[in-house]
Amino acid sequence: MPSTIHSAEAVIRFESVSKTYAPRRNGAAVAALDGIDLAVPAGSILGIIGRSGAGKSTLIRLINGLERPSAGRVWVGDAEVSALRARELRALRARVGMIFQHFNLLSSRDAAGNVALPLEIAGWAPVAIRARVAELLDLVGLADQAGRYPAELSGGQKQRVGIARALATRPEVLLSDEATSALDPETTRSILALLARINRELGLTIVLITHEMSVIRAVADRVAVIEHGAIVEQGSAFDVFTRPQAEITRSLLAGEMGHGLPPALAARIGAGARPGATVVLRIAFEDAPDGTAILARLARDTGIEAAILAGTVDEIGGRPFGSLAIGLPPAPDVAARARAYLAQHGIDSQVLGYLPPAQEAFRVA
Amino acid sequence: MSPELIRLLVQATGDTLTMVALAASLGTLFGLPLGIFLATSRRGELLAAPIANAVLGFIVNATRSTPFIILVVAIIPFTRLIAGTSIGTLAATVPLTVAATPFLARLIEAAIREVDPGLVEAARAFGASPGQIIAKVLIPEALPGIVSGLTLAVVSLLGFSAMVGAVGGGGLGDLGIRYGYQRFRPEMMLAVVVVLVVLVQAVQTVGEGLARRLNRRIRQA
Repeated sequence: MPSTIHSAEAVIRFESVSKTYAPRRNGAAVAALDGIDLAVPAGSILGIIGRSGAGKSTLIRLINGLERPSAGRVWVGDAEVSALRARELRALRARVGMIFQHFNLLSSRDAAGNVALPLEIAGWAPVAIRARVAELLDLVGLADQAGRYPAELSGGQKQRVGIARALATRPEVLLSDEATSALDPETTRSILALLARINRELGLTIVLITHEMSVIRAVADRVAVIEHGAIVEQGSAFDVFTRPQAEITRSLLAGEMGHGLPPALAARIGAGARPGATVVLRIAFEDAPDGTAILARLARDTGIEAAILAGTVDEIGGRPFGSLAIGLPPAPDVAARARAYLAQHGIDSQVLGYLPPAQEAFRVA
Repeated sequence: MSPELIRLLVQATGDTLTMVALAASLGTLFGLPLGIFLATSRRGELLAAPIANAVLGFIVNATRSTPFIILVVAIIPFTRLIAGTSIGTLAATVPLTVAATPFLARLIEAAIREVDPGLVEAARAFGASPGQIIAKVLIPEALPGIVSGLTLAVVSLLGFSAMVGAVGGGGLGDLGIRYGYQRFRPEMMLAVVVVLVVLVQAVQTVGEGLARRLNRRIRQA
């Protein structure tokens, strides 16, 4: 649950921020964000996840002042972004880099020219620009593509140019607006690995918005889940993944890390309990070797033999994490006893549904 | 055709080219800032000034909807003020420029509107001022479109320049009307038309080539 971060170490802070868009003709005003409180610790990677229209884009654009809050305050370091004048805001933006879903590279400039843009804007001398651009292209692994135009680069290469450009003025914060949503899975992995490396090596704070849990899982330390303009859940990526609280979080997690069920199984599961039905539980555990052994211990100590229906063991932020869907024999109090036993051993369980009696749910597929 | 007529034809071609080149240059000079302003001054945009935008937009539309031949006559006092006379090649440049400016402004406005708003947002995110956004993003990104617009404007100006011939403007149109039409010399008329066709072809080819070259790095994968 919301772990408190002392505001002194936070590089970005939101204090009861709301954003309302002026009403369209004879319509009501649209609330995009409502009462957002958020603190991003320096050097961390915060993932903000939500469905489209949840308010993610507005939220990230408040950080560099592309949007202004209707109420509340936004701080970056000791600057109150929401109170800056145009000139001061432009100076602040040199400290906050940004990358975009559709890269937003100038088609009239080659890779080097695109990376040079923020430096030209900041008024760097041409000689210094040349040296810095070479350094940045090298950092993102595009040293040999300096003279290529965006139309000649692949999506992954374009995003690398975008990252180099965003880092040009040595910002403290990098904002990522769905930076991998237009990329294939493999390229996504390499771009996320690059972001993680930058975070590690440069100590850069990264705020990324996404609608994909896999992105959060790959890089984020912390997660904020946003729905209808409000943060419904936040905490460490590990906690949110292993113990999702909000309905929206569970739904975003479906299909991720064994949170979902194989389609054939999902189709057979019903919501209503009835006599003779197999109870299907999802259990999540942190320490994989111990976790998998829990089923053996459950059988030994309580005599309840559970069947593994689906599951994965993986890691989040370097911590091993397992998630299993298990089927329990159809006896009246079995589910309650098993869940009590699991809870005693620190393992969360959740009833996913019931399999009709006819199914042979006890064999491992 | 007699050497005399050929001399006249060469002279008239030179006059036409002078008029068109001058009007296109001046039209671009005035039309570029006007087009940029029209493209960026609507409500909520870079240089938001909705009232000025509406006023200028109205003036541009009014000028563009006035038939050129009426415009030429209507602004004779203005032409006299600028050129000192209302007759001749130089004087004809004035109405040509007045007609070319709003035309080019709209074409440039359209080219700038085609620029992906994401690029403007990116430049803003990097701390660019409105002036920097115009100079470093909007104009370079719209350049292929601006060049295509300029080509279109020059071709239109060649047609307009033939019309100013009707009111003593000199150039190929003047030659065609006075020698070809009024003196019943169809070969002169034909020669004028042929020269105009060749000029339009040349402008179109050069303009398209240039736009394509500017575009190559954009579209070619």
